[in-house]
Amino acid sequence: MTNMRALTGNEAGAYAIKQIDPDVVPAYPITPQTELMQTFAQYVADGVVQTEMILVESEHSAMSAAVGASAAGARVMSATSANGLALMWEIVYIASSSRLPIVLAVVNRALSGPINIHCDHADSMGCRDAGWIQIYGENPQEVYDNMIQAVRIAENKNVLLPVMTTHDGFIISHTVERVDVLEDDQVKKFVGQYSPRYPLLDTAHPVTYGPLDLQDYYFEHKKQQAEAMKDAKKVILEVGAEYGKLSGRSYGFFDEYQTEDAEYIVIALGSTAGTAKAAVDEMRERGQKVGVIKLRVFRPFPAPELVKAISGAKAVAVLDRSEGFNAVAGPVFSEVRSALYRKSDIPVSAYVYGLGGRDITPEMISGVFADLKSGRLHEEEAFHLGLRE
Amino acid sequence: MSDQAPGWKDLPIGGVIDHAGNSFEYETGDWRAARPTLDKNKCIDCLQCWVFCPDGSILVEDEKMAGFDYQHCKGCGICAHTCPVDAIEMISEEKVGEVEIDEWGVKKSSPPEKGDQG
Amino acid sequence: MALNLKELSKKPELLSPGHRACAGCGSVIAIRQALMAVEGPVVVGFATGCMEVSTTIYPYTSWRIPYIHDAFENAAATISGVETAFRSLKKQGKIKGDMKFIAFGGDGGTYDIGLQSLSGALERGHDFLYICYNNGAYMNTGIQRSSATPFCAATTTSPAGEVVPGKAQFPKDLTAIVAAHHVPYAAQASPHNWRDYIGKVKKALAIEGPTFINVIASCFRGWRTEPTTSIDIVKMAVETCFWPLYEVENGEYKLNYKPKEKLPIEEWIKVQGRFKHLLDEKYKPLREEFQANVDQEWAALLEKTGDQVQKVAV
Ligand SMILES: Cc1ncc(C[n+]2csc(CCOP(=O)(O)OP(=O)(O)O)c2C)c(N)n1
Ligand code: SF4
Ligand code: SF4
Ligand code: SF4
Ligand SMILES: [Mg+2]
Repeated sequence: MTNMRALTGNEAGAYAIKQIDPDVVPAYPITPQTELMQTFAQYVADGVVQTEMILVESEHSAMSAAVGASAAGARVMSATSANGLALMWEIVYIASSSRLPIVLAVVNRALSGPINIHCDHADSMGCRDAGWIQIYGENPQEVYDNMIQAVRIAENKNVLLPVMTTHDGFIISHTVERVDVLEDDQVKKFVGQYSPRYPLLDTAHPVTYGPLDLQDYYFEHKKQQAEAMKDAKKVILEVGAEYGKLSGRSYGFFDEYQTEDAEYIVIALGSTAGTAKAAVDEMRERGQKVGVIKLRVFRPFPAPELVKAISGAKAVAVLDRSEGFNAVAGPVFSEVRSALYRKSDIPVSAYVYGLGGRDITPEMISGVFADLKSGRLHEEEAFHLGLRE
Repeated sequence: MSDQAPGWKDLPIGGVIDHAGNSFEYETGDWRAARPTLDKNKCIDCLQCWVFCPDGSILVEDEKMAGFDYQHCKGCGICAHTCPVDAIEMISEEKVGEVEIDEWGVKKSSPPEKGDQG
Repeated sequence: MALNLKELSKKPELLSPGHRACAGCGSVIAIRQALMAVEGPVVVGFATGCMEVSTTIYPYTSWRIPYIHDAFENAAATISGVETAFRSLKKQGKIKGDMKFIAFGGDGGTYDIGLQSLSGALERGHDFLYICYNNGAYMNTGIQRSSATPFCAATTTSPAGEVVPGKAQFPKDLTAIVAAHHVPYAAQASPHNWRDYIGKVKKALAIEGPTFINVIASCFRGWRTEPTTSIDIVKMAVETCFWPLYEVENGEYKLNYKPKEKLPIEEWIKVQGRFKHLLDEKYKPLREEFQANVDQEWAALLEKTGDQVQKVAV
């Protein structure tokens, strides 16, 4: 049985939050996230959720309130973009190190400056090492599906890490697509009740959050976080499979499209994976053996799985939608090439594209495949795709 | 300390401390250079010392000043200074042997009057 | 019921000894006394600073009640989250009973970096008490100036030198800024007058909505005083009218204490090493400027209170 709706990415996110019905949602507006929280605020105003919103005076306070509410024992969700995420920065780390399973939708937008409201991944990539799980969505359907799964992943007792689900600003956030939604009670049952590990509100068992943690223990606490990130891999797959049984759409670390016999593979995140699939379809018609890997889970990084998926190819290109400013390439490239090190000598070619919302077309991606095939590789330094010289 | 301290598998996650008030096990009394002692004959049990002690180290029993928690008292001297009747005397730790006090710091020359009125 | 120490001393101590504030720290007295006012379940939030650091050095905590430290500038936002979680869970029937919420911050965490977070939480109307323990500088990081540091006080970032006589500005009036949020209750207090202070905490906790207490709290290290005088020194701040004890209840100002004889500010200055340079004859005009400022603020306050001395009713 399907229940199709025409929703933008932001509406799909808001609809998922409505069905999850979290206890607390702190929120602050920023383009292109704004509609997500506006849509959700209407659900609150209409009394269709139990959620208490906290309409804070800044994103820093949004994440601070999220930390307070989550430590108190509430299920907490929020959403932001770019500068908003940057302003949360300090507390983003505190959320993960306090092991609070907050779910945050990040509607990807270029970071200032100069100020720009359109999509790139500089915001979420900037906090890729902040101890949050990161799941990138390709379209409104995935926005919806990922947010529901995120709650289960975050709250799993072997994980207890916050999760960022992302979707591309405007490209996904403001584009209407068909979204197959679950029934309210299906979602409610799937996410279940949250039973917090150390709720502050349990005054009969007083706990202290956020102590001064120096040389003797801090390292052990970081190791625990690192281990939880490893354990999250199993949980992400379990939840993705269980969600598949419920919805007919199961999820893994990444999506392989026409890669089985592919000689050349492009790796991309988010909406660009859709663009790349269009390019692959067109090239396959012309008999070219090309494929796409849409990387869904960037944290934890599925290194061995990815190596296995690409090692049959002759060359791989990584499309990064953020600049690494390291005089080499973007963050996804660095991860992929390091995963391959001593496992395979398949060449990896680096591209940076789409910064500040610059268009990426199927033709540009066909060009990337052409480069791979003809050996025009960018292994030392990323090629900036779609840039004027 | 690291040898005996628990490893990462045995610590509560998130840096949470789940033993409320366990700093009681940490003996700040070691910091003391001088210790307060009480002359119970002078003391009027006004409990000013109790309300001003930064370290909760004034012992009160049945509404009466009963001495000092030497495990935690840091010897700051605020109690002696704020006592309205000078019932508290600070004694250098080096000279502690020279005065007769009980384990709560009450001078033996001034045993607390034991309630005899029921 | 009037507060008395015999009754208070029977209540459990919510802050365990074994904390690592300096011996003779006046600031921890302000925290400890505030907790004497608490009845029933409470959750405490704390901003980074001396009191946070000294009470929770892992694996030890002095807190016998639920406690959360998040960061330096967000104690108010964090407690907003805790309080909202409580309201949400209570509304859903997942939790029962009543609970109080207190956020503490130093002057740095409140006057300066946390002012936005505090303002937001006050405006939103969360049901919490915010207590600023004001020791007049960033003590935890080694006595740097804050916007609460008194005029001409020497700190490590506003040192007194050959040409600069310490901090150039007068402190901002945070209590008035809070009162301008039209919260139901805002007050100033001092631990030397524990009856007034604890009474105010009790009163604030009983009021629904955001309440605020600015309590002067000494730091002998930063003020360059003797630890034994940690209480005297705040008393003198009140007797000189540098730190008036008053409250603003639903917009109405009440003076809680009027010195019989207002002491000159010099009496307070001369016993603190942070003002030592000011005693130089060449700085007489600055001492006069300091006095004039105290007089002016005091007169303005009496104007608002109608010069009525009133005790805090509990
Ligand atoms: C964002 C941030 N900036 C700076 C610091 C460093 N810092 C920690 S505590 C502190 C001063 C605290 O001063 P105050 O709030 O007055 O408390 P006190 O230590 O005086 O009791 C500073 C500057 C920090 N922890 N976080
Ligand atoms: S302050 Fe002095 S008189 Fe009062 S209880 Fe303490 S020791 Fe006794
Ligand atoms: S010396 Fe200081 S710490 Fe010790 S009991 Fe007296 S006031 Fe408390
Ligand atoms: S530095 Fe000052 S405020 Fe900090 S613990 Fe020491 S005396 Fe207290
Ligand atoms: Mg301070």
